[in-house]
Amino acid sequence: MSAPLLEVKNLKKHFDARKGMFGEKTTVKAVDGVSFSVMPQESFAVVGESGCGKTTLGKLVLALEKSTDGSVVFDGKDVSKMNSAELKKMRREMQVIFQDPYSSLNPRMTVEDIITEPWVIHDMHKDPAERAKKLAKLLDDCGIAKSYLPRHPHEFSGGQRQRVGIARALSLDPKLVVADEPVSALDVSIQAQILNLLKDLQKERKLAYLFISHDFSVVRHLCTRIAVMYLGRVVETADSETLFNDPQHPYTEALLSAVPVPDPSIEKRRKRIILSGDVPSPLKPPSGCRFHPRCRYMKETCKTNDQVLITAKSGHETACEVLPFKDKRSDAALVAL
Amino acid sequence: MSEPVLSVRGLRTHFITRERTVKAVDGVTYDLHPGKTLAVVGESGSGKSVHALSILRLLPEPPAKVVGGEILFQGQDLLKMNHEQMRKIRGNRIAMIFQEPMTSLNPVIRVGEQIAEAIVLHQGLTQEKAMAKAVDLLKKVGIPHPEERVHDYPHQFSGGMRQRAMIAIALSCEPDVLIADEPTTALDVTIQAQILELMKDLQREYHMAIVLITHNIGVVAEMADDVVVMYAGRPVEHASVNELFKNPKHPYTKGLLGSVPSIYERKERLEAISGQPPDLSGGFVGCPFEPRCGCAQARCKTEDPPQFHLAGPRMSNCWENEKEAEQSSHRHQGEKTGASK
Repeated sequence: MSAPLLEVKNLKKHFDARKGMFGEKTTVKAVDGVSFSVMPQESFAVVGESGCGKTTLGKLVLALEKSTDGSVVFDGKDVSKMNSAELKKMRREMQVIFQDPYSSLNPRMTVEDIITEPWVIHDMHKDPAERAKKLAKLLDDCGIAKSYLPRHPHEFSGGQRQRVGIARALSLDPKLVVADEPVSALDVSIQAQILNLLKDLQKERKLAYLFISHDFSVVRHLCTRIAVMYLGRVVETADSETLFNDPQHPYTEALLSAVPVPDPSIEKRRKRIILSGDVPSPLKPPSGCRFHPRCRYMKETCKTNDQVLITAKSGHETACEVLPFKDKRSDAALVAL
Repeated sequence: MSEPVLSVRGLRTHFITRERTVKAVDGVTYDLHPGKTLAVVGESGSGKSVHALSILRLLPEPPAKVVGGEILFQGQDLLKMNHEQMRKIRGNRIAMIFQEPMTSLNPVIRVGEQIAEAIVLHQGLTQEKAMAKAVDLLKKVGIPHPEERVHDYPHQFSGGMRQRAMIAIALSCEPDVLIADEPTTALDVTIQAQILELMKDLQREYHMAIVLITHNIGVVAEMADDVVVMYAGRPVEHASVNELFKNPKHPYTKGLLGSVPSIYERKERLEAISGQPPDLSGGFVGCPFEPRCGCAQARCKTEDPPQFHLAGPRMSNCWENEKEAEQSSHRHQGEKTGASK
């Protein structure tokens, strides 16, 4: 087994907050002790609902946000200890695709300027012939017509803009691409185009993805390993197939059962686990296991014992001490069909 | 079969400006029966929301104009009603919930008062009685501690709770038809599951008919009895939900179903539809889907396909189904003559 490309250890990000304008000081623990690793050429997904800290996690990995504690090791080097020159060099290897293709491209720049700006910043491909060749290949790979180059972002639809964003991210030939909800702003038919593109690009360019998403169906299509986040913590990590067939955390189980399936014959047979209530405020996370107020397997000890990730099976970690030890889940059929 | 509560016949809504005319909705037809859910599916710009706003006559005129068709609600044409008659229907007999629970509630008015407003207006109850009913409604839609929460402002509610409050407003007069425009798009999946479940329960209780407007194919599979698929302002396919998923007729429907990833199976590749949706100003020569269609033939470029009525009954707007439509109409006529003898 080769060394991981990205290793995140016990990563924390706490924000100071006040309750009201003059209220007492509190901290929001947006990311609170997250650990995982991404292997070269792997597509790793972080899945969770709004407010679970997945986007903050992405920013921490990219060193766009300074962590409170813990470490992000990329390619053997600790990102949080880098100076700005080292960071600049590191960013050639680690790029990002943003969620909103409408606000993440500079409206005053042409498509050509957007895609080739990284080369200017990093002083690369200055020879015009080499530059032209590189650009042509990049456009071809990302499905952008050459005629788009002198045009501006507003002339394009969401899907085409996202292609430009992808081309920009790939212009430096990175090893890792952090993709924060790259398809959630797109219509389904366009979403499918972009997902296929991301898959093709990964194969061809040997990329690793850190894919941040709320959409399990998209993640299943693209990713091989998945971490599920809830209120700043990872509650379950597993291979994609294992996670979908045999979830070992009650939150994952409920999330999967909540995703509507595009097939009425399945939908009519399926029973859902409906979680009660909303996600608790991260200002005041519940004691013990953070999921216990909404959990249907809750035991008394869950109210006080903070759960850590335990290994349920090889390569399958869960932060629950009840579900993995249940003999027969009477309604396992719920999720596994 | 019961009488339809809502019948939309050839609805055409255009946006007319000096420079151009955008045919946002062009020929939508369907029947909605009591207690049933009809899903209107399409991508952005397909006209699904404009069609809903046309039913309630909520579009600004000009630039919007309903240029054709009729909307029969319990036999009366809504398009022929004056403002006063329309106000008696809107929010009372036909209610609507919107996509954005954040922006569709008034931020400076307490939630309870917003619910009571419709009750006072349509049922003539006193403010106190209406507030008491608002508490009941909040309880019904699953808001904890409704007696206290009724005095909250919308910002004190979470996204899911705001959508519940919206549903409470919509239900306040026990409408016959509920139009839900992307009711769960802004919500997380676990909250979406709660809201959809609530809508189903309330539909059973009130025997409401629901027009569900959505782009989410999974939500359609879960909620709908019948489905209208829209593309470029027009219905391209209309069928029962089982028929549509089992045996889609129109190439766009096929493409749409192929584009959706599912948590139940890992497809190697999604069958994406290539290209972009068309510009709706200017009109079409031939089929609007032709440039993106995998099975387009020569005539698709030049001849606009009509709506073909097939056995089921179902409708498809593709030349491919012409033969099948003729056969089914022959059979249909045969039955008719058989019956008249």
